[in-house]
Amino acid sequence: MSIVFDSAEVLRALSGGVLIGLAAVLLLVGSGRIAGISGHFSALLQGQGGISLWFLAGLFASPWLVRLFTPLTLGEALTDARWLPLLGAGLLVGMGTQLGSGCTSGHGVCGLANLSLRSLVAVLVFMSVAILVVALGGGLSA
Amino acid sequence: MSLFALLAGLLFGAGLLLSGMTDPARVRAFLDITGAWNPSLAFVMGGAVLTALPVFLHTRRFATTPAARTLRDLAAKPVDRALLLGAALFGVGWGLSGLCPGPALVVAASGNLQALLFVAALALGSVLSRRLLAPRIR
Repeated sequence: MSIVFDSAEVLRALSGGVLIGLAAVLLLVGSGRIAGISGHFSALLQGQGGISLWFLAGLFASPWLVRLFTPLTLGEALTDARWLPLLGAGLLVGMGTQLGSGCTSGHGVCGLANLSLRSLVAVLVFMSVAILVVALGGGLSA
Repeated sequence: MSLFALLAGLLFGAGLLLSGMTDPARVRAFLDITGAWNPSLAFVMGGAVLTALPVFLHTRRFATTPAARTLRDLAAKPVDRALLLGAALFGVGWGLSGLCPGPALVVAASGNLQALLFVAALALGSVLSRRLLAPRIR
């Protein structure tokens, strides 16, 4: 193994993380809700609007807002993805986050900030499994 | 209330875009600890949790708002089979694609066809799981 370390990338990661943390605080204090993306997405699929709709509308508008200030480079890695594995991975993410009541935001950010044991366990499980999948060479590219 | 949620969504998405979480190759490089490991994305979750933690804990301990009740209820929920199996399934999909729900929605919103397909599959998986899987596992 080797370690790739880029201090500019680390600074962007940290700044982005702080923004995400502030967003979680804003949604909790302003709207009384947890900033878990999969939960709000699921609520929307069940026809519930309200806070979930507004929160996801903001998320959807964010690339357009960010584009006003800086050029965006997004998801190039997806362009050579094979379709069937792409759909399979999406299906697994949808099933898993619904069954496990949360994703990287709900368990990973809000749950850990709430010192929830359940969220810590969820994070350890999905991180370990994802690391294992990558180590075993699983991926979407041809 | 709605305005706060809209702003929170914008801020959340901007954070994801700035952080590098919307680049699946970078996410997979972060997960690739046995290969050419790029640890930078650990600072996303680290920065987010450390920013949110003081407010979350203060709210949970001292507030009497619905938000405080939500936090207390969530922290008291048990670790069960649905959580473990769900997190494992999510981990497989995340490892394969490098996309979790937030970044997937942001990249899809930017007009990327592959991400739109991924989100459609995510929606289907969520509905199937709620209707078929969850009632059998709890």
